[in-house]
Amino acid sequence: MKLTVSGNGKEYAEGLTVSQLIVAENVETPEYVTVSVNDEFLKSGTFDKTVLKDGDSVEFLYFMGGGR
Amino acid sequence: MAFSNEQLERYSRHIILSEVGVKGQKKLLNAKVLIIGAGGLGAPAALYLAAAGVGTIGIADADEVDLSNLQRQVIHTTPDLGKAKVQSAKETMEAINPDVTVNTYRTFVDADNIMDLIEDYDFIIDGTDNFPAKFLINDACVLKGKPFSHAGIIRFKGQLMTYVPGAGPCYRCVFKEPPPPEAVPTCKQAGVIGAMGGVIGSLQAMEAIKYIVGKGDLLTGYLLTYDALKMEFRKIKLPKIKDCAVCGETPTILKPFDYEQAECDMK
Repeated sequence: MKLTVSGNGKEYAEGLTVSQLIVAENVETPEYVTVSVNDEFLKSGTFDKTVLKDGDSVEFLYFMGGGR
Repeated sequence: MAFSNEQLERYSRHIILSEVGVKGQKKLLNAKVLIIGAGGLGAPAALYLAAAGVGTIGIADADEVDLSNLQRQVIHTTPDLGKAKVQSAKETMEAINPDVTVNTYRTFVDADNIMDLIEDYDFIIDGTDNFPAKFLINDACVLKGKPFSHAGIIRFKGQLMTYVPGAGPCYRCVFKEPPPPEAVPTCKQAGVIGAMGGVIGSLQAMEAIKYIVGKGDLLTGYLLTYDALKMEFRKIKLPKIKDCAVCGETPTILKPFDYEQAECDMK
């Protein structure tokens, strides 16, 4: 199936969960990442139950604490 | 208020813009912007807002200028070492533009002082370096109905979003709670490229200016991310969360509070 991950088109096998995608995409600090699928945020704790579908668009939003 | 000949010349590149004009420049001169943190983000934001003729600029920071600041905090110079950052920032802003009144607050912002601090300002810029402060600024601005620009930078990356009351999600819609201390690296531990503050802090100033003159599209409902190594900007759509603890339909956060987390000592 085709996913859009952080704006890039990617091929993944059917049945992929968000947790599996996080591993496959080498997401930094995966415990603290916010994930949106098709512009809706996933509730934390649902990543392993959320199965992605063909055409889904996934974004990872990261904490960035620096500034001073 | 009529412009002096000097002002007409100083702001000529603004006045000639159809989006700004005389009317927009007057709005800027009458505007009040508070910058929290006179560092990597706050320094460039303060420089551009002062140059733009934002009439009143507040700057809050408890620290003194340290040698490790000068790699990115371009409002301070080597002779300013040891000086209060707010004083150093005030002197630079006033030297750039005598039209600007600079209010200094030599304090760390906390739950006890933030509501009074933001009260008189039209727009707030978050230039802080730690999550408790970023959540505090978000909550206070939501509770007081103040627009603000949130930003964060680390290594070669930066991001920002703009909150406008009633117009889109807040920072807490995206990130519910601060991460535990040490869970996410700070700039002191991980480093940050100096020019990153320049890019993202300037974008924060741009958001403030657009908000004040009332032109263009703000980053409300979007997170703009910048990856300098890939040289890639991305605008990620942010949904508003109905059950957000502070801006949602039934908020549980009714007054600002401090997270008990050691402040990142990122000098």
